[in-house]
Parts: sequence; structure tokens; C-alpha cells
Amino acid sequence: MIQNKNPVYRKRLFFHRVGMTLSVGAMSVGLIALLWILATLLINGFESLSVLMFTNDTPAPGSEGGGLRNAIVGSLMMVGLSTAVSTPVGILAGIYLAEYGEENRIAQVTRFVTDIMLSAPSIVIGLFVYAMYVANVQHFSGYAGSIALSLIAIPVVVRTTDNMLKLVPNSLLEAAYALGAPRWKVSMMVRLRAVKAGVMTGVLLAVARVSGETAPLLFTALNNQFFSADMNQPLANLPVVIYQFAMSPYDNWRALAWGGALIVTFSVLALNILSRTVFAQKAPK
Amino acid sequence: MTKASKIIEISGLNFYYGKTRSLHNVNLDIHEKKVTAFIGPSGCGKSTLLRTLNRMYDLYPGQRAEGAIRYRGHNILEAGLDVNMLRAKVGMVFQKPTPFPMSIYDNIAFGVRLYEDLSKGEMDERVEWALKKAALWGEVKDKLTKSGLSLSGGQQQRLCIARGVAVKPDVLLLDEPTSALDPISTSKIEELISELKEDYTIAIVTHNMQQAARCSDYTAYMYLGELVEFGETDQIFMNPVRKETQDYITGRFG
Repeated sequence: MIQNKNPVYRKRLFFHRVGMTLSVGAMSVGLIALLWILATLLINGFESLSVLMFTNDTPAPGSEGGGLRNAIVGSLMMVGLSTAVSTPVGILAGIYLAEYGEENRIAQVTRFVTDIMLSAPSIVIGLFVYAMYVANVQHFSGYAGSIALSLIAIPVVVRTTDNMLKLVPNSLLEAAYALGAPRWKVSMMVRLRAVKAGVMTGVLLAVARVSGETAPLLFTALNNQFFSADMNQPLANLPVVIYQFAMSPYDNWRALAWGGALIVTFSVLALNILSRTVFAQKAPK
Repeated sequence: MTKASKIIEISGLNFYYGKTRSLHNVNLDIHEKKVTAFIGPSGCGKSTLLRTLNRMYDLYPGQRAEGAIRYRGHNILEAGLDVNMLRAKVGMVFQKPTPFPMSIYDNIAFGVRLYEDLSKGEMDERVEWALKKAALWGEVKDKLTKSGLSLSGGQQQRLCIARGVAVKPDVLLLDEPTSALDPISTSKIEELISELKEDYTIAIVTHNMQQAARCSDYTAYMYLGELVEFGETDQIFMNPVRKETQDYITGRFG
């Protein structure tokens, strides 16, 4: 080994080690917290994880057993509807921002409002839908829940679509224009297609984001002790069930809350991993 | 060399990027089925000139051209012109290969579908014809459904040329088409240019003077937004009239 006595180099090496130690330390704090959460969920939720959890509905107070079927179905319905609404709206708005965002005032305002919506507390969104929709129709419903979730998901999709489209090099767009293609075709068939993977990632992240939201559902979908597939009625859903059951005095309810938390967390984790692996590989160079 | 008819007549052309004037009173004729090369140091306005010929600059607010560019007698700088129809007639290939994010087949068919309603069979023929024109057919005929991005840089550039040829334009503008390519791909594309001029008028911007000398019929030397000298390539390279041109092509400047 060559002995290095160069003082500049030694000083640099020292700062490198200090910097590296701090970074690894910070990373560990984050990672340990995450692993701790996952471990706790697995330990507490695993015992209640059974087929019965997917086939039985939430139990009445004081009764034995029970499952989460109604909550799982309710959550899937609301998240599904909100995805179906927010995907086209978000992508089209994102295209509008990327295409016209530099040129006109409406687009600039839209982008600004989207950014505010991105960081808006979800309970405010819930309250808004409660005041605007629930208070008018006089009952809680799955539709109200979906509206609230859509309002949270749309800005996420808009932002990622906008950001992704802006990554498309001008040279590619010029090449399409050079063939005489009209703007909408360049936009939809070349620009959007070039970042399809990134846009889909945005949609998946939005789904992941809303599937764990509790606060907006408290004001909108509320909960339902029974199985229901009627979106116009109060609808059971995992986050609110977790919220109510976790603080209940019944052992079987608390076990179900852990099970529900496990399902939500691992679905979100799976979505994130999916968006990072399957779509990342196809991302443009 | 026989005199050909003029397809594009540029007269009194000035070009502005915002307030900066980057072309000064350019007057130049481009002849039909000939190759016209634009040479000059970086920033001399040769690419800018090329980009006025298909109104590419229209995409960017703040850029504007003054003067007249007559394409087959019509001034294409006029406000009411349908730029999409112009671009269908005056195609362009860029410096960096720009395959669309779709299959090789669809890369070619994309442009054709914009203007023609062809049956599946006719489209297959057109795609094959264009790829053969661009000397790419042999290399890709078994993988037409593969992504255009899967090709090598040189193949991608020939795909872009095929895409430009497939819509059967009148004029092809090539903006430094080989500057990002290796020598073998470059020579393939140069061969292609000499074949394509049988059917098309070609205007090429190049940094490579040997390339201009090898494959063009006419050469324009530009400097600081002005056309310094324009004439038949042999004359420009063997016997330039202006001293600046002589200095540039002998490498004493630029």
C-alpha cells in the first residue's frame, strides 16, 4: 500500500468519512423506523390473517370472530372508482400543463393550485366533500368517499404526468412536427407514449396514496357494519375500520385492526415495488 | 453539371431569436433534385436557415423570419400557410436520432397515416419501400415489431431517414445527420444521400467539410448569419471567390 502523506488528500478523506457516517446514520434512522413498523405489523397482524378474514364481515360488538370482507370490498370499490376518475382527469390535465404551461396564465394558475392541493391536509378535503356533497344529499356514501379520494389522487397524477412529459426532449417533438403531425397527435402519440411508464408510475403512486387515507373517509363514506356494494350508501372501508377497531375494548376487533393494517400496508408496499420495478425498466433513457 | 430548376428561392431572409438577429439578408436558390450543403462555423446560422425552410421555428414563440422563401412559387413565410402541409412536403432529419417510442414499423407508418389512408397491404409495401430506400430493410425486416429504440445509433438515424422518405416529400432537410454517428454509419448515410437525390431535393447542414465536398452539388458558406459565398461545390472547394471561404475550407479559420 502506498503511504499517503498528501495533507490535502488526508483532509479530504477525513471529510469523506464524516459525511459518509452521517449519511449512513440518517439512512439507518429511516430504515429502522420502516422495518420496525413492518415487523410490528407482521407480528401482531399475522395471527389474525386467515381465510376467515376475507370471507366474514366485520363482527358486531361483543360477538366472536368476524372478518374484514365488507371493508376490503368497500375499500377496493372506492379506491377503484377514484382511480378510474382521477387517472384520465389527471393525465389530461398534466398534458395540458406540459403543453401550454409556459404560455398562458390559466395553466400557470392551475399548476400553482395543483401544488397546493398536493400538500393540502386530507382532513380538509374530507371536510370539503362533507360540506359540499354529504351535507346536501343528507347521507354518507361510497360516492362521497370516492370524490374525496379522487380530489387527493388527481393532483398526484397531474404533477407526475406534467413532470414526466417535460422530460421528453424537444428533439423528439420536433421530429414528429417535422412530419407534419398536428399538435394533439404529437402530444398523445409521441410525447405521452415516450413517458408511458413514468405516467403509470404516477397513477400507481396515487392509488397507493389514497388506499391508506382515513381522514377524508371519516366525513364521507363513514363506515358500514354490514356488507354492501351500494356506492350510494355508507360503505365499510379498511382505514376507518382500523381506526375504530384499534381503539375498541374487544380483543377480536383489535386483532382485525392489525390484520387490516397489514393488508393496507403490504398492498401499498406491493404497488410501490411494482411501480419501481416493472415500470422503471421501461423508462426512457 | 446541368442546370436544374429552382425549387426553393430564398430572398432577403432575416431571422430573429427574440431581439437577436441571426440571419442577415440571405439570398439563395435551392435546385431541384440536387444536394445543397450549408457549411460554416458553429453559430453561423446554417441550422437556423434550414429550420426556416419547414417553419420549424414556429414552435417557439419569439422566433420569427422576415423576407421571402418561395417554395414552388409560394411564399411559405406567409401567415395563412398550413405548416403541417408544408412539413409533409419538406421533411427533416435531425442531428440526434429521434426514433419514436413505438415499433420500427409504426415509426415509418406514423407519418404516412397522417396523410394517406392505406390498406394493411399497401402500408406493408410502403414501409418496406421506405426501409429499402434508407438501406435498413435487410437489417430490420425480421424485427419490425421491435421498438425503434432497440436499434443502434446508426440504424436509428437511417430509420429516421426512412420515416422522412416514407411520406414521399419533395425536399429533405438534413441537419447534421451524421454528427452523432461512427464513420461506418456515416458513410452509409452519405451513400444514401447520393441515392436519394435521384428523387428528392436535399439540403444538408454539416460541420464536416469533406462530407459537403463528397456529397453535395451546391455549397453555401455562411458566417455570422450572412451568406458569404454560394455556388457549385466544385467551384467553392477548388476555386472560391471570397478569401473568407478559402480560409475556412483550408482550415485556416473556424
